[in-house]
Amino acid sequence: MRSYAARRAVNVVMLSVTAFCAAAALFSLFFVLGYIAWRGLGALSWAFLTRLPKPAGEAGGGIANSIVDSAKLVALAGAIGIPVGVLGGVYLAEFGGGRLGALVRFCADVLNGVPSIVVGLFAYALIVVPMKGFSGLAGSVALAVIMIPIVLRNTEEFVRLVPHALREAGLALGVPRWKVVLRIVIPSAARGIVTGSLLALSRAAGETAPLIFTAFGNRYWDSGFLQPMAALPLTIYTYAISPYDDLHRQAWAAAAVLMIFVLAINATTRLALRTQAMEAR
Amino acid sequence: MEVRGLRAGYGSNEVLKGVTARFLEKAVTAIIGPSGCGKSTLVRCLNRMHETAPGTTMSGQVVLYGRDVLSLDPVVLRRHVGMVFQRPNPFPNMSIFDNVASGLVLNGIAGGRSELEGRVEASLRQASLWDEVKDRLRRSALGLSGGQQQRLCIARALAVSPNVLLLDEPCSALDPIATARIEELVLELKKQLTIVIVTHNMQQAARVSDFTAFMLLGELVEFSATGTIFTKPSDKRTEDYVTGRFG
Amino acid sequence: MSAEALARPENRPALKAIPVAGPREQAGDRLFRWSLLLFALSVVVLAGLVAWKLIAGSLMTWKAFGWRFLFSSAWDPVNDKFGALPFIYGTLVSSALALLLALPLGAGSAIFLAELAPRRVSDVCTFLIELLAAVPSVILGLIGIFALAPFLSAVEPWLTKRLGFLPLFQGAPYGVGMLAAGIILALMILPYITIVSREVLLGVPRPLKEGVLALGATRWEMVTRVSLPYSAPGIAGAVFLSLGRALGETMAVTMVIGNTPKISASLFQPGYTMAAVIANELAEAVSDLHLQSLIAIGLTLFGVTILVNAAARLMLLRLSKRHS
Repeated sequence: MRSYAARRAVNVVMLSVTAFCAAAALFSLFFVLGYIAWRGLGALSWAFLTRLPKPAGEAGGGIANSIVDSAKLVALAGAIGIPVGVLGGVYLAEFGGGRLGALVRFCADVLNGVPSIVVGLFAYALIVVPMKGFSGLAGSVALAVIMIPIVLRNTEEFVRLVPHALREAGLALGVPRWKVVLRIVIPSAARGIVTGSLLALSRAAGETAPLIFTAFGNRYWDSGFLQPMAALPLTIYTYAISPYDDLHRQAWAAAAVLMIFVLAINATTRLALRTQAMEAR
Repeated sequence: MEVRGLRAGYGSNEVLKGVTARFLEKAVTAIIGPSGCGKSTLVRCLNRMHETAPGTTMSGQVVLYGRDVLSLDPVVLRRHVGMVFQRPNPFPNMSIFDNVASGLVLNGIAGGRSELEGRVEASLRQASLWDEVKDRLRRSALGLSGGQQQRLCIARALAVSPNVLLLDEPCSALDPIATARIEELVLELKKQLTIVIVTHNMQQAARVSDFTAFMLLGELVEFSATGTIFTKPSDKRTEDYVTGRFG
Repeated sequence: MSAEALARPENRPALKAIPVAGPREQAGDRLFRWSLLLFALSVVVLAGLVAWKLIAGSLMTWKAFGWRFLFSSAWDPVNDKFGALPFIYGTLVSSALALLLALPLGAGSAIFLAELAPRRVSDVCTFLIELLAAVPSVILGLIGIFALAPFLSAVEPWLTKRLGFLPLFQGAPYGVGMLAAGIILALMILPYITIVSREVLLGVPRPLKEGVLALGATRWEMVTRVSLPYSAPGIAGAVFLSLGRALGETMAVTMVIGNTPKISASLFQPGYTMAAVIANELAEAVSDLHLQSLIAIGLTLFGVTILVNAAARLMLLRLSKRHS
């Protein structure tokens, strides 16, 4: 048996090591954020946000079309993915006890684990190949496939958290089950469902891999969903691997824009969920 | 309202083993008995809430005004047989007003705005809550005390004008003062409707009820006027229970 | 309507108005349930469709090369010769490297956050680490190209001088390569390992911990003798979940791994991963067989991540059984 002093020394040393690990993890976050701010914020300007890209090799230009197209892509993805995810999640929470529920849950977990590049491959085979061309539609479908399992499991979780007593109260008033679910259960879980959907949207907004060979990228305004469309993460990627310093500078500025957007959604929704959890306690 | 040979259970576990009883109109019937004796299940069968849980079984007869409840649409039945639960369960996303109006609105039986307001006020008055909440009808129901929330739940049940009101241990989560107010309310309400109250508190049964049913292990042991049960019980087991030698 | 008026029997709905209905579930409820089911089942259809599209899209490759496709290192689009081995190797090595770096750091952080830090500090730190998980991978790739790679190409010669007798640390210091990919991937999965492990450690029943503390154990002994053994399946689950992420990660890796289909023992040398080759070559596939081979790689990746995620669920399930 080791002496008490030795054991205590081990205790102090090892616990300090764990504190150091946590500090390192936090440092990496601050390093990432600080580095983006340092390289990106300086290159940001009003013109950068509102202009179109210049031809390759020419300095200047902006990312206005990428921002607008990104918003369009994510909006369509949300319009497809959120209803499917929310209603499917309500099914799992309310009626998903049996084998069918287990199957749906299993498939959602499988989809959730599929690498985003493979989802892109799927959208490519499903839409780009038959339609013989890259399109924003294919990009949105890929993003929707990524969103659905996230929204679904999140919705299930929050609908499950609604106390059983509320369902009983509704039923005991002589309200049919479907109305109880739609008018009492879902509104009670609304905050969680909305924040979860927002998080899924922000995740989709940051995805690059599934867009490379679906939305493909575009340098002009007003691209429709049946044409190639630009996307902010895609622009960052193509600029980053280009040989021009000016495009590198623009990639950092675009990264700062994307980061601000993603952080804003994440911080506010997670804080909202947290305060809700506090209130529930 | 009456039950004849009522059997009910969860899966293979039979909780009610053939209960026959009659709940008289405009009277309060209390159901007492040790925990697990099936008293909650019995009242949950009366408005067919029992069958809303998965894996439940139910057989026998439940009769409301001469009609077998099992042949009725359960949803409509529940508008005639209201229920209040152990813990106050106001809808958290609704205001006080909307909570009381919810049964009417969700069932689409509310008339115009003014009729709705009238019925909400009337229900809140019936539940003797009106004076306490009339200035904050638009606020969240969660701001009320536990006792007020429970009376709000009673008002919510009353708003759809039930013939029968089932109270499943309505005071178990409340303090003595709030309990006293609910008991006064029960005595007031029995002038208008049939009340069945489940309670684990024998004093409460003695204070509010006209008739008392004593249940044990899923069977109805004794059913008679409250005074008789507590002073001259005919069954030895009832006597043991009400004198505290048991359970 | 006054309370008295409401109470009068004539103002109550007549009982005769109750319609007769036998079954427990009414038409409205059934319609509602079935339409919700339709949405839920679309997830099943989608999962099946993904698998089917990947299989149907890669048949040509499996017919041409069979199982050898997975074990051949020929990748020659011009001569229509394809083998996935370099990509499989690169994927496995970069992910293993990432786990090697992130697991100790993540587990250490989780122990600190679950067992040592006051609840408030722990909550704030966890919130920040969750933000790290939200950073888009293309941004981490950007940092990899412009901050990490130059840093590594400065450090690598120094490592070669001291540890160069190991094949791991030989070769020209490019900066981009397997090591850079491993580090960026570690940064990506660190939040997952930390958050899931913390959650699992917080779930260790208090009486168990207090029991061993009451016997005179130090805090660290409590962690090693009670908390870690109890939550081991959960932490293993966290590792598998992170592994699933790392194997399939595309952008961050594509941007720093060097994209060269070669198998080399040195961590400094460039490599390639399955996700990266799909990202780089699909839009410019030169032949049908090339395209189908890329989809075959996608199918392989799909299969591997399903297995890894299943292992993760199994582990977490074992832990939750332990709870009950």
